Amino acid sequence: MVWVNDIIQGILIGGLYALFACGLSLMFGVMKVVNLAHGDLAIIGGYIAVGVITVTHIPVLWSFVIVVPLMAVLGYVLQRTVIQASLDRSILTTLLVTFGLSVVIENALLEFVNANSHSLGTDNAIITSSFSIGSQITIAYLLLLIFVVAVVVLTGLQYFLSRSRYGRLIRAVADDKEAAQLSGIDYRHVFGIAAAIAFGTVALAGIAYGMYSQFSPTTGTDTILLFAFAAVVIGGLGSLWGTLLGGVILGVAQAIGAQISGADEVLAGYIVFLAVLVLRPQGLIARRAQS
Amino acid sequence: MSEPKGAGADWTEERGTSDEERRRSEGGRGGGRGPETNETNGADEPVLEIRELTVHHGQLRALDHVSLRVFPGEVYAIIGANGAGKSTLLRTIAGLHRPTEGSILFDGANVTRVRPERRAIGGIVMVPEGRRLFPSLTVEENLQVGATHARKGPWTIERVYELFAWMKDRRTQRTEQLSGGEQQSVAIGRALVANPRVLLLDELSLGLAPVIVQRIYGMLPQILATGLTVLLVEQDVSQALRVASHLQCLLEGRTTLEGKPSDVTPEEVEAAYFGLRSAPTDQGSE
Repeated sequence: MVWVNDIIQGILIGGLYALFACGLSLMFGVMKVVNLAHGDLAIIGGYIAVGVITVTHIPVLWSFVIVVPLMAVLGYVLQRTVIQASLDRSILTTLLVTFGLSVVIENALLEFVNANSHSLGTDNAIITSSFSIGSQITIAYLLLLIFVVAVVVLTGLQYFLSRSRYGRLIRAVADDKEAAQLSGIDYRHVFGIAAAIAFGTVALAGIAYGMYSQFSPTTGTDTILLFAFAAVVIGGLGSLWGTLLGGVILGVAQAIGAQISGADEVLAGYIVFLAVLVLRPQGLIARRAQS
Repeated sequence: MSEPKGAGADWTEERGTSDEERRRSEGGRGGGRGPETNETNGADEPVLEIRELTVHHGQLRALDHVSLRVFPGEVYAIIGANGAGKSTLLRTIAGLHRPTEGSILFDGANVTRVRPERRAIGGIVMVPEGRRLFPSLTVEENLQVGATHARKGPWTIERVYELFAWMKDRRTQRTEQLSGGEQQSVAIGRALVANPRVLLLDELSLGLAPVIVQRIYGMLPQILATGLTVLLVEQDVSQALRVASHLQCLLEGRTTLEGKPSDVTPEEVEAAYFGLRSAPTDQGSE
């Protein structure tokens, strides 16, 4: 029963990892940008939530209503300025620029916030309580909520990409941006929309992480970015369901590793990550072109 | 047999005044340039005009002071061998290359610095070489993308389905599952639903069986009947001669021959295409 509990915990935390990863996957799939600042952006989302809650006193669970649109706007603006400018030079430049962005964000947070850890909603009953099934299995309401949110977000995103007008344009631009231009599509605007969505999802993930654990200015690169990468690689780039699967596998591997020995938690996840990279580099669900 | 050489040389010398020359000949052309010519008042002004266009790919000069004027209702064909600069010319008109010199006028307005997507919305729409469909989209979705910023006009997705009868039944298929000719048809449809004023066709025949090429070119009269103008690039000279109302031959980025298909002899076309007879002169002048 201990193992059953581990696997359930792993699956649930996988939802959080998938939430981190889907924005990364979207930006790579559409713009071919590997956003090395992705983790730091999640942390920015967390800090904005802290600020918004302090100022407006809205309930922590509703903070996303303000934070997500703010981050989406930031995503659009950053894509249309800094990221697009580096894309115009070369794909490689985007790596350098997003890495630079990551360093700047981290240091700016250290400078203007401080190095202390923050967390969200420690006084909220839903966030801190849990329920039990039998004697061995304990499920935190928060983890269940995050998992449900992740599934809803990924389903919604999938539906948006395959059914909506803008989703169609995003797929077209991801296929061939020059051909899209010839059809009158301003691909830079479509890139901006895709970045806005990616930043929105990562903000949601940042808030969720702040409730689940605690974050400091360096959490973005030393934890979140790596987990997001692992989830994307395990699942397969460009496939949203693959991202969820990747997140879940990473979560389960970590839970099992933790059961063996506390120190093996993170290691176990990366062993799976490495194994997938070696044995099936295209990921478990290879991209069959989204939808 | 000195005529081809003479024609080529004359054209080169006249470069500076060719615009006026052509305008004059337009005014007094009487019966028009061909049976397909649209005889409205609009035909007196070119819908598309290229002035002294020079384009570089890095160090390489792909186009060297090329000029042309396309009038409403025309089928203007650019022919030339591989590397003559045909596709570069079309891509520059569509906005995908920045010219180093010269200008592009659309309806009299200078669009040389206008972004490609704005040109498409304005009515210059290209069917690119190699078709360039969106592989992860269905046939219908490809057409829908083409219609995103469509101008008002006769072409709708339904109308494209009427033009290509097979297409409606297979509209939910991915374009990867289509044959080359079918893909080319979808690419044409994707351009048509934008309701272009000038349709740029880049090497329609590339990689297709001759019978398919003929069938696709056979659609041209139905397309022209809706009032648009076609500027096409073609390596297959006989095909171009069959459909064109005006012809221009490029060689190494320069115009070597220009005129109505009925006014040029096969020998002239051959000489202009390969640069055979005028080769010694060219070497002498450079």
